[in-house]
Amino acid sequence: MKKLALAALLALAGTPALAADSLLINGAGATFPFPLYSKWFSEYNKAHPDIRFNYQSIGSGGGIQQFTAGTVDFGASDAPLSDAQIAKAPDVVHIPTVLGAVVVTYNAPFTGLRLTRAVLADIYLGKITKWNDPAIARANPGIKFPDAAITVVRRSDGSGTTYVFTDYLSKISAEWKAKVGNGTSVSWPVGLGGKGNEGVTGLVKQTPGAIGYVELAYATQNKLPAAPLENQEGNFVAPSLASTSAAAAGVTLPADYRVSVTDAKGKDAYPMASFTYLLVHRDAKDKAKGEAMVNFLWWAVHSGQAFAAPLDYAPLPKAVVENVEKTIHGLLVQGKPVQIAAH
Amino acid sequence: MPPTSDTGAARATPAPARFANLGDRAWGWGISILGGTILVVAGLVLLELGRVARPAWEGMNVLRFLTSTDWDPVQEKFGALPFVYGTLVTSAVAILVALPVSVGLALFLSEMGPRRLRPPVAYAIEVLAAIPSVIYGLWGLFVLVPWLRGTLEPFLQGTLGFLPIFRGPMIGHGYLAGGLILALMILPTIASVTIEVLKTVPAALREGALALGATRWEAIRMAVLPYARPGILGATLLGLGRALGETMAVTMVIGNSPAISASLFAPGYTLPAVIANEFAEATGDVHIGALASLGLVLFGITLLLNAAARILISAVSRGTRGARA
Repeated sequence: MKKLALAALLALAGTPALAADSLLINGAGATFPFPLYSKWFSEYNKAHPDIRFNYQSIGSGGGIQQFTAGTVDFGASDAPLSDAQIAKAPDVVHIPTVLGAVVVTYNAPFTGLRLTRAVLADIYLGKITKWNDPAIARANPGIKFPDAAITVVRRSDGSGTTYVFTDYLSKISAEWKAKVGNGTSVSWPVGLGGKGNEGVTGLVKQTPGAIGYVELAYATQNKLPAAPLENQEGNFVAPSLASTSAAAAGVTLPADYRVSVTDAKGKDAYPMASFTYLLVHRDAKDKAKGEAMVNFLWWAVHSGQAFAAPLDYAPLPKAVVENVEKTIHGLLVQGKPVQIAAH
Repeated sequence: MPPTSDTGAARATPAPARFANLGDRAWGWGISILGGTILVVAGLVLLELGRVARPAWEGMNVLRFLTSTDWDPVQEKFGALPFVYGTLVTSAVAILVALPVSVGLALFLSEMGPRRLRPPVAYAIEVLAAIPSVIYGLWGLFVLVPWLRGTLEPFLQGTLGFLPIFRGPMIGHGYLAGGLILALMILPTIASVTIEVLKTVPAALREGALALGATRWEAIRMAVLPYARPGILGATLLGLGRALGETMAVTMVIGNSPAISASLFAPGYTLPAVIANEFAEATGDVHIGALASLGLVLFGITLLLNAAARILISAVSRGTRGARA
C-alpha cells in the first residue's frame, strides 16, 4: 500500500516535468486521415522531441465544432467549411494535406464491371434494379449479366465518404441533385445502411448482387473489386493513388482551397476524389504553438507526403504543393509572419 | 407477508420516525443527498438535451416532428416516426421471443432440471450477459443475418406468408434481425432475475399444490407462476429497458433505413442507432437539434413504458395477493 502511494506520488511529480519541456498541440476531427496523421505526428515528434501532438479522431463535424469553439489548436475535416460555418470561424485557413478517393465495389458472379455516369446515378436512385438492365449491358460488352436484383448499400453513419460520393452523384445527375443533394448524411432513395467502411463491406460481401461504396484505402487493403468509373472526358478510370492525384491536378484551385475535386477534368482523373484538410487559424494567438504548427504544416506537405502512398493516401500533386507553400507563408503568429526553419 | 424478492434492497425495515443521534441524522442527510443526485442528473440531462435540441424546434411543431416520416439532413426536414416505430417493433419482437424462453429456462432450472445442472447453466447465463454488444452485433452480421436470409425467412414466408409481417423481399437485415439480436441480449437479464424470483416462492405453496393432487405442471401453473408474476414482470421491464436503449448491435443488423414497413423482413432504423450513426458528422445546428430531439423522444418512451409497467406490476401483485388471501 505504501509502495503504491509512493509510486502514485512519483507519477504525479513526473508529469509536470514532462509537460514543461515539451509543447503539446491539440487537434480533433476527421477519422479518414487518422492513420496518416498519427504516422506524421509520431515521425515529426521523433525529429522534434519537444513538440507533441494529441489528435482525437472524432469525425469532421466534431472537428469543425471544436475548432470553432476554440477548444483545440487545429481541426481536421474531409469537407471544406460551408459559408455558414466560416461565418462562425472567420479566421480559418484550410490546408489540404492529402487526397482520398471513394470506390464503388460489388458482389456479383462477374468481374470487370464498368459504370457509366448515368448507370451509377440510376442504381442509387433506385431506377435500375436488376443487373441485366440494358443500360448496364451497353457499357459492358462481353459480360453476361444475371437476372438478379441489385442490393444498394451505403453508409448509415454520417461520413466524409458519403459527402464525396453524393457530391459526385449531384454533379453527374440533375435528378440526384434535385431529389437528394449532397451531405455527410442524406435521405437515400433506396438501399441498406452499413456502419463505417467495414459495415458497408460486410453487407456487400454477404449479400449476393450488392453494390456499395467505400474508401480507396479500405478497398485496397481488403482487396475488394473496384469498378472503373466514367470521368468527365468519357474515359473509364480505375481508382488508384495516381488517378486520384490526377484529379487534383485537373482542378483550378481557389485561394481558400474550398473546392470539390470530384468529376475533375483530365483524361486520367478518377472522378470520385477529394482533399482532406487541416484547419488552422490565420493568426495564431499562442506564439510557441503557432510557430510549431506552421513548421509542422510545411513539413507535412513536403517530407510528410512520402508517408502517404504506403498508407494508401494519394499525395498532393506538385502544383497544389506550390500553392499551399504560399498559403503557409501567409500564416501569422500574433500578427507577424513566421520564419520557417529548414527541414 | 413474506418477502416477494430478495434481489433488491426493498426489504422493508420500518424507519424510526426521528433519528436518535447526530450520527444517524448525518447519515440520513448523506443518503438523501446521494439519492437526490440521481434526480438532479436526470434533470440536467433533460435540460442539456433540450438546449441542444432547440435549434430544430424553430418553425417546426412537435406533432409534425413526431408524425413525419421524412429524414432528410440535406433539406433539413426531420421526422421521428420511422425511428420510434423501429425502436418499438424491435423491442416488441425481442420481448416476445425472450420472455417465454427465459421463463422456460428459469422454470427448468429451478423446478424441473437436475440440481447439478444449475451452477453451470447459471454461469453460462452470466457469461451471456457480459458479452459486449459489438460482439453480438458482429455475430449478428456474420451468422444471424445470412441464416435469416437463407433459412428462417424463406421458411416463415413459405408457411406463414399470408401474414403481412412475413412478406416482402428477404434481405436478412431488418426488424427481425434487430429484434432477435435484442432477444438474445436481454435473455440473460430476464432469465437470471426470474431464477432469483422463483427461488423466493415458498416451498409450502408448491408442496400444498402437490399434496392436493396437482401434477408438477399444474403446481407450477397454479401455485408458482402466479406468486412469481410481479417479479417476472419486473425482470421483463429490466430487459425492455436494455432493448430500448441498445445501439451498437442493432445498428449492425437492422439495415439503417428510415422507412416504415409492415414486414419484419424490411430494413428499418431505431432511435439510438440513428443518433449514434449521425451525431459525429452532423454539422448543421438543425441536424444536431433533430438528433437531440430524438434523444428526448427516447427518454419519453422509456419513461412512459416504465410508468405503464409499474402500473401493471402493482395491479398484478394486488391480484396475486387477492388470490392468496
